[in-house]
Amino acid sequence: MSAPHALALAPEDRVGLDLNCIRAEFPILRQRVHGKPLVYLDNAASVQKPQAVIDAVSRCYSEYYANIHRGVHLLSERSTTAYEGARGKVRSFLNAASIQEIIFTRGTTESINLVASSFGGGAVKAGDEILITGMEHHSNIVPWQLLCERAGATLKVVPFTDAGELLLDEYQKLLDSGRVKLAAFVHVSNALGTINPIKTLIDLAHARGVPVLVDGAQAVAHLPVDVQALDCDFYAFSSHKIYGPSGVGVLYGKQALLETMPPYQGGGDMIRLVTFEKTEYADLPNKFEAGTPNIAGVIGLGAALDWLNAIGLNAVGAHEHELLTYATARLSEIPGLSLMGTARDKAAVAAFTMKGIHPHDIGTILDREGVAIRAGHHCAQPVMQRYGVPATARASFAVYNSRDEVDALIKALWKVKELFE
Amino acid sequence: MSDLRDLYQEVILDHNKRPRNFRILPQPTHKADGVNPLCGDRISVFLDIEDGVIKDIAFQGAGCAISSASASLMTEALKGKPVADVEHLFDAFHNVVTTDCDCPKGLGKLGVLAGVRDYPSRVKCATLAWHAVRAALEERKQPVATE
Repeated sequence: MSAPHALALAPEDRVGLDLNCIRAEFPILRQRVHGKPLVYLDNAASVQKPQAVIDAVSRCYSEYYANIHRGVHLLSERSTTAYEGARGKVRSFLNAASIQEIIFTRGTTESINLVASSFGGGAVKAGDEILITGMEHHSNIVPWQLLCERAGATLKVVPFTDAGELLLDEYQKLLDSGRVKLAAFVHVSNALGTINPIKTLIDLAHARGVPVLVDGAQAVAHLPVDVQALDCDFYAFSSHKIYGPSGVGVLYGKQALLETMPPYQGGGDMIRLVTFEKTEYADLPNKFEAGTPNIAGVIGLGAALDWLNAIGLNAVGAHEHELLTYATARLSEIPGLSLMGTARDKAAVAAFTMKGIHPHDIGTILDREGVAIRAGHHCAQPVMQRYGVPATARASFAVYNSRDEVDALIKALWKVKELFE
Repeated sequence: MSDLRDLYQEVILDHNKRPRNFRILPQPTHKADGVNPLCGDRISVFLDIEDGVIKDIAFQGAGCAISSASASLMTEALKGKPVADVEHLFDAFHNVVTTDCDCPKGLGKLGVLAGVRDYPSRVKCATLAWHAVRAALEERKQPVATE
């Protein structure tokens, strides 16, 4: 007799996290706010940093900091090695084919602007279309609007269902116009938590010869990304959402595409030879990295990736999924509370509204209970308009969050109701 | 919870639930919109001014309890007042929600918003309606923003 397995989990999903150990690595989590233990649930805005990242940045400044790529002295060589070492770590993290495909920027926003300006400037002409989705962050809307204005092109938007899932039929219809020059969409929605089926979206675009940019800001800290398996043309993310320092971002681009694109900004480090008549640009990736970058920040990102790899993204994803399932069930017990974003495939984001209570009031009251959440439009005003609400409250989870913290959130939400009723 | 009660006083909760003068004036002499870009709060204020006196004032919009209650209380405070009083009432109110000053008697019920001073991120909620009224009096066409 073969009895069904009690647990149908892949082996890596069964690896439990030692939550106490993980939490101990985040010094900021040890504090109390307004006399209550800090419950930090604003991770979709930015995550806190483990000691390993803080130490890596501190070591850079206290032991070997100098400018990179130019000094003949020892400190410059050490800084260059550490900086380029981080590029190697990002390549391996995304499984990019080569380090030439990894460009450091200031963040996801700059990565997208780079593509809109450098790729879009050449490829997009009057009458063309750029395709995005209705659940984009402003950073994946406005750069394309600016490009469309400059080029005389049109921005087209893929709609989504009440649950927060993209309408694939509509997506294909919009692609079929034959005028789409680039599709740009979010991997994981910051406002809804939806994990989009990006492999399918990419394949459908490629079947019509349309290149694809993926905004991975909310994805990389929660699920494994393999840019070669996905076959995306560009992939953008920010260091500060993956346990690294703020002010650093990554743009992955296919080498063949990046080779054809003009530089985004001019300056030092991106040239081979400058005369007043003509400038020869440096090879990839330096062509796109004008000026002295955030050296210690990039090194800190490398440390963050090492730290996250040591835990394993599958274990992180399983833990966060369990928290989301628990939080969703507990939130649903609160009368008058509506969840916004109930896609079948969802990352650890719980956005909600409460009847008759504005999200900002929820945020203020929760803060006094030690619980940090985001209240507002989450830089996704079109998503708010889609649901006809001015704002939502959003709790978002990271690897260091616990069920006890979900309980603290729920207890604080009952206080909100008590105060307002 | 007690310190939260300092912010969310009964008067504020009441004005949030049942805002006064929450309507549109069909033919206002002055009108302006206020937006709070950070939280998405929007408010429209309407005034009927005759001989330098605010004969009627009303507002519409969606916002948090602090901004709704503040708008509601403001309309009550300003109705019947000379336009010339708006600026010094605003100054006194602004002082009360941003500093540790004693609340001047002339502010009346507006004083219940003094608790906002302990919540710096909420000051712009309490002042949104006032900024809109000032914009209306200056006949500004663009919506006024709190930041």
